[in-house]
This record gives sequence, structure tokens and C-alpha cells, in this order.
Amino acid sequence: MKLDSKIPEGPIAEKWANHKNNMKLVAPNNRPKIDVIIVGTGLAGSSAAASLGEMGYNVSAFCFQDSPRRAHSIAAQGGINAAKNYQNDGDSVYRLFYDTIKGGDYRAREGNVHRLAEVSGNIIDQCVAQGVPFAREYGGLLDNRSFGGTQVQRTFYAAGQTGQQLLLGAYSALSRQIGLGRVKMYHRHEMLDIVVVDGKARGIIARNLVTGEIERHAAHAVVLASGGYGNVYFLSTNAMRSNVSAAWKIHKRGALFANPCFVQIHPTCIPVHGTNQSKLTLMSESLRNSGRIWVPKKKEDAEAIRSGNLKPTQIPEEERDYFLERRYPAFGNLVPRDVASRAAKERCDAGFGIEANDTNEGVYLDFASEIRSKGKQAAFAKGEHSASDERILELGKQWIGEKYGNLFTMYQKITDENPYETPMKIYPAVHYTMGGVWVDYNLQSTIPGCFVTGEANFSDHGANRLGASALMQGLADGYFVLPYTLSDYLANEIRTGNISTDSPEFEDAENEVKNSIQKFLANNGTKTVDYFHKRLGLIVWNKIGMGRSEAGLKEAIEEIGQLRDEFYKDVYVPGDANEMNPELEKALRVADFIELGQLMAVDALHRNESCGGHFREEYQDAEGETLRDDENFKYAAAWEYKGNDATQSVLHKEELKYEAIKIAARNYK
Amino acid sequence: MASKSINITLKIWRQKNKDAKGQMETYTLNNVSTDSSFLEMLDQLNEQLINERKEPVAFDHDCREGICGMCSLYINGRAHGPDRGITTCQLHMRLFNDGDTIYVEPWRSAAFPIVKDLVVDRSSFDRIQQAGGFISVNTSGRTMDANAIPVPKVNADKAFQAAACIGCGACVASCKNGSAMLFVGAKVSQYALLPQGRVEAKERVLNMVRQMDEEGFGNCTNTGACEVECPKGISIENIARMNREFLKASITSEK
Amino acid sequence: MSNSALIKSSIAKKYWMAITGLFLCTFLVGHLLGNLQLILNTGEEGRRAFNEYAYFMGHNIFIKVLSYVTYASIIFHAVDGIMLTIQNKKARPVNYVYTKPSANSSLPSRWMAVLGSLILVFIVTHMANFWWKMKISEEIPLHTYKLKIDEHLGQSPNIDYYYTHVPSVNPIPKDTAQIEEKGTELFLKSSNLKLAEGYRDLHTVVMDFFNPDVNNLALLYLLIYAGSMAVLGFHLWHGFASGFQSLGLNHPKYNQLIKRIGQGFAVIVPLLFALIPILIFIK
Repeated sequence: MKLDSKIPEGPIAEKWANHKNNMKLVAPNNRPKIDVIIVGTGLAGSSAAASLGEMGYNVSAFCFQDSPRRAHSIAAQGGINAAKNYQNDGDSVYRLFYDTIKGGDYRAREGNVHRLAEVSGNIIDQCVAQGVPFAREYGGLLDNRSFGGTQVQRTFYAAGQTGQQLLLGAYSALSRQIGLGRVKMYHRHEMLDIVVVDGKARGIIARNLVTGEIERHAAHAVVLASGGYGNVYFLSTNAMRSNVSAAWKIHKRGALFANPCFVQIHPTCIPVHGTNQSKLTLMSESLRNSGRIWVPKKKEDAEAIRSGNLKPTQIPEEERDYFLERRYPAFGNLVPRDVASRAAKERCDAGFGIEANDTNEGVYLDFASEIRSKGKQAAFAKGEHSASDERILELGKQWIGEKYGNLFTMYQKITDENPYETPMKIYPAVHYTMGGVWVDYNLQSTIPGCFVTGEANFSDHGANRLGASALMQGLADGYFVLPYTLSDYLANEIRTGNISTDSPEFEDAENEVKNSIQKFLANNGTKTVDYFHKRLGLIVWNKIGMGRSEAGLKEAIEEIGQLRDEFYKDVYVPGDANEMNPELEKALRVADFIELGQLMAVDALHRNESCGGHFREEYQDAEGETLRDDENFKYAAAWEYKGNDATQSVLHKEELKYEAIKIAARNYK
Repeated sequence: MASKSINITLKIWRQKNKDAKGQMETYTLNNVSTDSSFLEMLDQLNEQLINERKEPVAFDHDCREGICGMCSLYINGRAHGPDRGITTCQLHMRLFNDGDTIYVEPWRSAAFPIVKDLVVDRSSFDRIQQAGGFISVNTSGRTMDANAIPVPKVNADKAFQAAACIGCGACVASCKNGSAMLFVGAKVSQYALLPQGRVEAKERVLNMVRQMDEEGFGNCTNTGACEVECPKGISIENIARMNREFLKASITSEK
Repeated sequence: MSNSALIKSSIAKKYWMAITGLFLCTFLVGHLLGNLQLILNTGEEGRRAFNEYAYFMGHNIFIKVLSYVTYASIIFHAVDGIMLTIQNKKARPVNYVYTKPSANSSLPSRWMAVLGSLILVFIVTHMANFWWKMKISEEIPLHTYKLKIDEHLGQSPNIDYYYTHVPSVNPIPKDTAQIEEKGTELFLKSSNLKLAEGYRDLHTVVMDFFNPDVNNLALLYLLIYAGSMAVLGFHLWHGFASGFQSLGLNHPKYNQLIKRIGQGFAVIVPLLFALIPILIFIK
């Protein structure tokens, strides 16, 4: 199979405009004759469904939640980037493009990323027109803040709930189309397979999660906006039911899966507390604007803290190691996520972790300096030039409360500690997956007619995603890219007519789904689905997590293979097929996670370099920084499915060409 | 914050499907870590039930960080349980004591029929949104520059506070009348406070209220329970704003 | 649709509850000011003041219109309230097994329908006792009095004279042989000659009603009356501010003020109402 990325010719800044001019169109009177299925209603899915519905296509949208508004995009906290340069600090489309490529450690496709930067401004315009209440300054204009890996303020935000506001904006646009009858919404439905007829994606098999009914849905094109696969780790910041299944099903039917080992571990999450824990909670990256990350300089202090004999506030300034500021003075606490995460892991591995859990993994995120300095500023602004210490602290805490109040409350509810008084404890956790279904410039997978958008595809973030870029990509794909590229594909479908669901392909796909469900229900093993999922999570976290080694990866491949066999032999799934059955839903998802986990290990093992979120312990310099190998690995690794043993998967390489940006070592010092 | 283990008794509503008759069932659960969230406790119960070859309890949940609005549950007589400003997934077991009996029931509302056990159907909220909870702009992105219309910060902030609604339905569940006015009021307010939403303000409030009434929600009697139990602290000021908007619209609307 | 929306929609029902409720609050103030005549002046002077007030209320055209608006408001408020309550019950067909509403709302706010129903019962008995007698059955005797010695201009000091609306030159004696009562109008016996118009003596009816020396059940009536005023107080405690909220009159700057005024109103008005029969009773 030859991978054709279909990046248009011409200078980088003109590619998208030229491409748009040359793509085929579908006339308005033809659009209602064409059916489009969209799976997933997060930012990418909702925006795509709303846009295509608006254009006049006959859209069916699917989500497994009870409402499209609940997709996990809703949980994104910090913000969304756009090259608006409202703050007059030298931002531009080129800089956003450059920062994103560099942030991705030169493993993203130039053409896609430049297009993303080009349309970023339109996203903000669109959202404001839709009534998204972004934060504003007193003059009534939009406010911005900084995020990791950049030196400008280009992040638009709505308190710590930006993802929520953007998703509700897209959901409102989608709701409008549903109300107008242009989009048919199937909520509490899960896609369980794609149907390929004569080489083209022609529909899906979905399970009605309320009645258990297996349904056939036909369309001229299928769009997957089903999100990332972070839940392969069991513990992650993803929603409990986020899963890889939709993407994995199309992978099994011929779509290549690219760079599965590129996973983002977010540095600021609340550390693990116990064995019954189901979920890790993110503390927005925006906190790194105000918080300083440290561990004690002395191991005995760390031990004393863990045993409860010492409080962090008792450790004097000179005994603290602000390790990000020490190692990366230019970016300090605002280095990209992969760098910050790895640095925390390095300290904890060296024995300086401060959390009293099984692994001692945790570092401090301290707001004391910021409280003091903002308190002083606030006092000065109020004309209180000789404010007392208490007054300064009071004003400082007020400032922090206004900026991050909801996050501080959330932290306190979960940990029962007050972060205004004592530093937050944080540790990296799985957050986002850069890898995903391989797509070309048009967002089309290697199955014609099957498009993949948002986190589910692999295209824009390379080996590491910068903060506030995921929301940007999801909306860019759905609002501004897919409507053009999908129309280009559908222009050849206007004579196709209705797609029947009676074809043997639909029959076979439905039977396969029904069989796998029956197999699980009849299995009568002894262990719950979660038992296997947790075991899988531990293997991938320990061996395909923040640090990866050849030996560990080989073990992981082996162990996951065994786990897969054990899972099919010994899993117990209660209940029936013809009812709401959450355990059955989980079993179907975990089956796919297991296969994916193994492919992640295979991918990580073959990539003999360190880049972005992929850190191979064999490839680091004396200071522990990543050693990239551009000569041998400057490509996207796209894997072809060859059965449930991932070691049999076939690698296809898409060479990455850097024409606009000079490739260099990534340096945040 | 020392973590400990407690033993509890649970009384949980079980109902096979929407047509079946349901009843409260009693379960004992031991060794629940006080660091667990309420939903993690239910996970633990389900693990126990599955191992006993009994049917696990169905409940809605997803993000487990208080933002998706999927989780619900009427716990010990209160929506999202005995704490304020949180969802059930953020409720922690440290608020309960060893030996406690905990009642867990689904949201009760004619407009939220039960799907199974503790799972209810909240699509009535979606239909209200579809009736008018939007601004009719196309999705071209070529409307006007985002900074073309300044919005007073106080209005932008209030719009945001209204828009923070997660659509969980706690307002309906805790209202003695089963009224959805906090939900609808918040949505109406978000748009009414922004200049770009004023254009369709009249149609919006009339259509959304009509849909709300058709769904079978009760009437607001200003008890204020919704505001107290709302995990996002949405103010009943938004209900008053909706009342104003509705009055203006019904008197002056062309239709 | 907007026209029907102003009647049928759930929010419109709130407006009507609020408008009628707040109007009835102003009625309460008027009623209270009148009632206060019962205790502000004593003796014949007080009796005259009160009966004059009662006459004014019954004969002023403006007040008459207002009184019909009041009756309509009471009926509308009650019917609308009952309809709302029925709908609200339907909105939750299955109740919670265990619910703890005290955690999130005040008792009066949740008991408005019950409180309102009690008040309605009170209004019915109240009207039967006073309004019915006054307006419909006309069984309240006219206000008569004995002349004082110095007013004595040849008339007999031993008989009763009518207290009349427009004082006639000579006091009209209560003498069924000469004078005929048609309602409150006084006619020369067997003629169409109207001499004057008298006052119904509501004052005495009220005074006797709560006077243990005259009425054996006075204590019971007093307790029912005072109890009803307590119920009214609770109803107003929530209702007053709630009316403003329903009409959309919510502003952070004034919310507390409205709430406090409402609570003050809810305490003071019913308390003064209740104080009147108490004073009558103990006097």
C-alpha cells in the first residue's frame, strides 16, 4: 500500500486556499440526496454535523452518551489557541504554525498544521457569533492567556471551562439543525462496526444501548469523530466511557492506524490515591502560569513529608528544588507537557516524590509566590501602599480565586486539602493521544469514504500536542476543513442513489457483531471486565508510559498477548444482549483496547528514538533530554491490521517533509 | 485526610426497564475507602454484585470530574448528595460514616422517564435546546471579527455563569414541582445577555418555554431549591431574567 | 401565540399569581387601616369612625370597583394556585422514597399551597361572618345611639336615634311606627320620602363577636382568627418576595431589600390584624 498524503502543491501559505479552489462541489439541490453518518459529537463531531446539516446534507449523528452535549471535549479546561494577535505580542499564523510543529517535535505534517493555524482565527469569530461567552477584559474585548510551549498570549478561554463552552456552542449549532430536521440524532447508540461495500465506506452497525437492538445505518460517507484512546491506561483524565472502538473497528476493516505510541502525559493531574480509583483528574495547564513546581532538595525531607512528619510549608525556600526553572530557565514552568511530565518523573524516580501512595509519585505545584506578588499588586492598585502581610495574602488569594476558583474547589473536594494554604500535589497522567487513524490532507482514511477528524486522527500534533491546541483542531476539522473535503468526495456520489442496508456486507457485519456479543455473554468466566482493564492499564502505564525501554516493550507485547487470551477465556459478562447492559459495553471496548495496547508497544519498540511524548530510555543525552533521530524516523508510522496479534501488523511509512520550517533540535532552555 | 475504610448499607432503586415496576433493594458493602468517590463506591458494589452473579446496578456516568452532566442520583434525599456545588462523581465517601444507611434513587420527574435502575432519559432537555437554544448563524466562520462587538465584562461574566450549566437535571430533581426553569432560564439568560443573542431573543424565549411546558415539567414556585442543589451554582436570577424576557416577548412579539 | 402564551404558559401563570398576590398585599394594607379604626378610637367615636369607614367602603364607586378586583384576585389567585399545584403533582408522578427538602428550601416556600388553602378557608368563614351579613343578608342592624343630655333639643332621651350619613336637622328616632328601614335608607313610614341614610353597625357586630361577655365562643373565634393570621404571615413570608421574582424583578442590588421588606410585611401586617381582636377580647 502506497500512502499518499495528498498535500497540495505550492507554497505552504497558499496550499489550502488553492486546494479549496480546486475541489469539487455538490450543488445545494443534490445535497439532500446524500446521506452522511457522523460518529461522535464532541467538538469535531458536533461541528461537522452542524456544518454538514447546514449545507443541506442528510446527516445522522451518533453518540453513546445520553446527549450530544456530554462528549468528553466538554472537560477541556484551559483554552483554545488562535493566531489573532489581539495582545500585540508578535503572534501570527506562521508563529502558531511554527510553535505547533516544534511542540510536536517535528513529527507532524506541515501542510495540515499550517491549515490549522490559518483557520484558527475563524474559529474564534465563529464561536463568538454563536454566543460562546469567552473571558473578556473590562473594555469588553476578548482576553487571552499563555500556555505551555509558547511565548505569546494567544489562548482564548472561558474560566477553567473552555471546552465546555466551545462544545455547548457546537451543540447549540447542532441542536438547531436537529430542530430543523436536517440532522437526525441517535443518542445512546454505539458504533460497533463499519460496513465497506465495493471498497467504500457505506454505513455502520450500531447498538442501541437502551434496547440492545443491533441496527444498520447506511450512508454515502462515514465520518469518525470518536476521540482518543487514552483509556487504554484505565486510569486517565478521559471520561470513563471514552474508547477506541470506533477507530479500531475501521482499523480492522482496512484503515491504517498511525503513531499509536504517541501519547500525551499531562504534567498537572491529581496523583493516584487508591486501588478503587476509577479516574484521574486534570488540573488545567493554565495553573502553570501562576504555580511553581518543586520537590525538596533533600531526600530525607521528601521522606519526612511522605511519612507525615513534615509539612511542605515548613521547608525553607533554599531547600526547595524548582526543577523546571532550574533546567529550563527560558520557559520555566511553561515548558511543553511532555518535558514537564518527564522532569517530574525524573525527580520521583530519583526518590524525591512527595505523595504518600504506593509509588511515592507526586510533586508540588505551589501558588505561594504568586499569591504574594499578586497580593502586593492588588494592594498597590487599591492605593494601600503599606498593606500588612495578612492583607497582601488576602488580596492575593482573592486574585487566585477569581482566576482559578473552580479548579481550587475541585482540588479541595477531591483531596480534602486547601490549595490556598498548602501547595497542590500533582503528578502526570495520561491525557491525550496524538496517534490515531491515519488520514490524508483531506482527513480521509485509507478506506475511501471514511473520514476521521479530531483526536481520533493522527494528523496535527506530531509527537506532542501543545496546550489549547486540541480544541482548535477539533473545531477546525469540523467547521472549516471537512465541509470542503467531504464535499469533494461526495461530488462523485450524487448519482449513487440510496444505499441499501440489505446487502451481504451489512448482513455479515451485523452477524459478526451479534456473534461477538453472544460469545461474551456465553463465556461465563470468573473475572469482571474491569479486572482485565486494570491489568492492561498497569502494563501500558509501566511499560508504554512516560519512559519506555526495549526490554520493557518486549515484555509488554508478551504480557498483553497473554492478557488477551486470558480475557477471552475468563471474562464474565452478566446480563442480556437485549437490554441496557453497561458491562457488555465495557467488554466490547476492552477487547479493542487490548489489541491497541499491543500495537502501541510494537510501535514504540520500532521507533528507536525519543521524540515528544515518546521517550525511549536508550535515546537521551547526558542531561536526560530526548534524542530524536531525524535521519531514520522522520515519518509517520501507519500500521495495517493483520489479525489480533499486533506483532503481525504491517508498517507503512509516510515520510514527513519539512519545507517551510527548518528542522532543529527542540530546545526550551 | 487520613484515608480509612467504612462499612455501609445501601438502599437502591432497582427497575429492570422503563415499563417494569421498580422497588428499593438493600445491599451491604464493606471496606469502602473514604477517599473513594461515590461512583467509585458504586463501582465497588457492582464488582461485588457481579462476583455474586447478580445483576449490577445501572447508573449514568462518564467524565467523573463534574462537567459532563451525565451522573445524577438522588442520594439521602438530595440531588447529587449531601454536599453543595458538586456532582455525584465529585461526592466523596469521607462525607459518610461507618454504619450509615444511604438511599440512592433516580431523578424523579414525568419529563425524565426511568430507563433502567438509576438511569433516566433526559432528552427533554435536548428538545428544549432544539426549540431555540442557539443563535442562528451559519458555520462559515466568516461572520465578523470576534472583537467587532465589545461586550461589557459584567455581562460576559454573567452569560458565562449561566452557560456553565451542565444539563444534569438536578434542578428538576430537587424542585418539589419538578420544574425545569433553572435550566431553561440559564440558557435564555446566556443569550439574552450577549448582543449577538438579542436578535432572536423574543422567538427564543417563547419557543423554549413552549417546549418546556410541552415536556411536562412543573411550574416554578420560587422555593430556590434548584439554586442550592445546582452543582454549578447557577442563580435563580436567571429565572427572573427569563420571566422578564418572556413577558417582553409575549407582549411585543409579532406572532 | 403570544396572546395565548400570556394565559396558558407556565410562566404566565406565575405572572398572574404574582400580580394578584401583590395586589392582595395592597388590599391587606387598606383593610388593615380600616380595621385599625376599631382600636384607635374608643367608645361612640370609634364606633362612628369604623361604621363610617365601612359605609365608605361599600358606597364609593372607586372602592367598589377595587373590591370587585379584589374578589376576582382572590378567586383567580386561588384557582390558579390549585391548577398549578395539580400540574406540579403531575410533574412528579412517583415520589422519592427518601427526600430531605429542608436542606435546600424554606418551609413556607414549600407549603404555599397548603397555607393558601387554609387562608381560603379563613376568607370564606370571614366573609360569612362579616361580609355576608353586611352585604347580602343585611341582618346587621343600623347604627343607633342615645342622645347626650346637652344634645337634647326636645327629643326624648330614652329612645334610640339613628346615626345618619348626612346629619338631618333633627335626629331620626328608631321608631318603627314612624320610620321604615329600606336597607340603610330611612323612609317616612308608608311614603316615598327618604329622610336620611343610616350606617350599618358593623362595629358592634365585630366587638360582640370577640367579646367573651357577649359571645361564648369568642375565645375560639379569637384563636382561629389569630391562627389564620399566623398562616397568612407564613404565606406572605415567601409570597411577597416571590411575587417580585416571578415578575422578573430581580436585581442583586435590591434583592435583599425586597426580601427584608417582604419579611417585615409578613410579620407586621398579620400581627396588627391579630392584635385588634386580642385587644377587643381582653378589654
